[in-house]
Amino acid sequence: MSELKLKDLYDGFRDPATIRMLAAQIGEEAKALHEPLRIMEVCGGHTHTIMKYGLPQLLPDNIDFIHGPGCPVCIMPKERIDHAIALARMEDTILVTLGDMIRVPGSQSSLAAERAAGRDIRPLYTPMDALKIAKENPDKRVVFFAIGFETTTPMTAALLHAVVTQKVDNLYFHINHVLVPPAIDAIMSDGQAKINAFIGPSHVSVITGAKIYAPLPQKYGTPVVVCGFEPVDVMQGILMAVRQQKEGRAELEIEYSRSVTMEGNVKAQQLIDMYLQPRSHFRWRGIGDIPDSALELRDEFAYLDAEKVFAEVLPTEPIDDHKLCICGTILKGLAKPMECKVFGTACTPNSPLGSCMVSSEGACNAYYRYAGVLG
Amino acid sequence: MCLSIPSKVVSVDREKNSAVVDTMGVKREAGLDLMEEGSVNIDDYVLIHIGFVMNKIDEEDALESLKVYHEILAKMDEEERSRVVLEDDNCENRGAP
Ligand code: SF4
Ligand code: SF4
Repeated sequence: MSELKLKDLYDGFRDPATIRMLAAQIGEEAKALHEPLRIMEVCGGHTHTIMKYGLPQLLPDNIDFIHGPGCPVCIMPKERIDHAIALARMEDTILVTLGDMIRVPGSQSSLAAERAAGRDIRPLYTPMDALKIAKENPDKRVVFFAIGFETTTPMTAALLHAVVTQKVDNLYFHINHVLVPPAIDAIMSDGQAKINAFIGPSHVSVITGAKIYAPLPQKYGTPVVVCGFEPVDVMQGILMAVRQQKEGRAELEIEYSRSVTMEGNVKAQQLIDMYLQPRSHFRWRGIGDIPDSALELRDEFAYLDAEKVFAEVLPTEPIDDHKLCICGTILKGLAKPMECKVFGTACTPNSPLGSCMVSSEGACNAYYRYAGVLG
Repeated sequence: MCLSIPSKVVSVDREKNSAVVDTMGVKREAGLDLMEEGSVNIDDYVLIHIGFVMNKIDEEDALESLKVYHEILAKMDEEERSRVVLEDDNCENRGAP
């Protein structure tokens, strides 16, 4: 690792002794499990921690991890990236978006390649910068390609609020905000998925509250533990899930109570509700079409909706991943990345064929990078 | 990773509805659009996500996690520190629930 990153430095602060102690405790208590515990970690951040610290190796054979949908970048289907590219190619247009989205390939090109070819594409530090760019370029139109799970959505809503109240007339929105509970439902609903517990991320439930996971225990009879990102937190979360399973409980528990509440940030939720409404369906890369799993602009704000205003330039064909890709099966816990025929050969982080290889939080990507750790 | 370094509110601009916060010595502006009016005040500890204050946190918790980060960051120079702090705030995946 050439560049120094805070997350690398933080490694020094994980405590191996505590992790081992927790592992021993889990090993002991897991003996009483009636069936193997197959835990899906909903967030890619947890996948990262689990693979990086080799946690699967510390745990008994009857505890297995199933890696969830990853991150907002991974689940973006190619046709949506093609949308961003088509918008960026319009005359007098500036396309703005957050971070990593720029690198991800669509069906033919990527935003990075388009930028190199001279299109005006700008990464943002905060969505509010889009407002500044729009005001500074009154003779251009600015399109904000909005991405993110529940926690990033209110920031888009805040930008919408500013645009509407300040009557800015050259800023449009291409909304790709997705909702995680419907994706979990889609994974679980055909009854094939071998998942019988969930761990959810902590800090990030700050906006939604832990309540978004509340229906899961009843619906699927699975424990759900909201926990932090350090390996110690994850191990503690697993121990809590083991105990629930052992005692025949299926409940929502919070491992890391600091800053996580059941309600979350109500003001932020209201702001979202003011501008966005459920979208009838959205295609998730690797999972497929899921009803009500994303948001779109409310009808009264259709004049700001890039998908409506610029509909004529946007391709409409869905574009699937390579047919050998088994991401969907991996997400259900029915296969591991190594079972994919093209894993590590035709499909690598530099040229991903499927969604799970795209960002560092995807399951295949994590396996690829930490293959040595796994042995 | 979602380390979410706590930031301390240095000043509040009610007109602009934004605050200047200090994240381990790095000062920057953050929108208050997601917070109830008047709920964020000078000396409060908050978490920031892509340029917005997303919640307030307990002072005791904040100081405890800051202690850890300070030990880490003490080893860096000014420029490096500000890069690392901004990077932590800007994890593009933090939209996960
Ligand atoms: S290795 Fe690539 S192609 Fe295979 S499942 Fe993973 S992402 Fe899909
Ligand atoms: S830091 Fe937060 S957002 Fe980024 S991967 Fe981790 S959990 Fe997900």
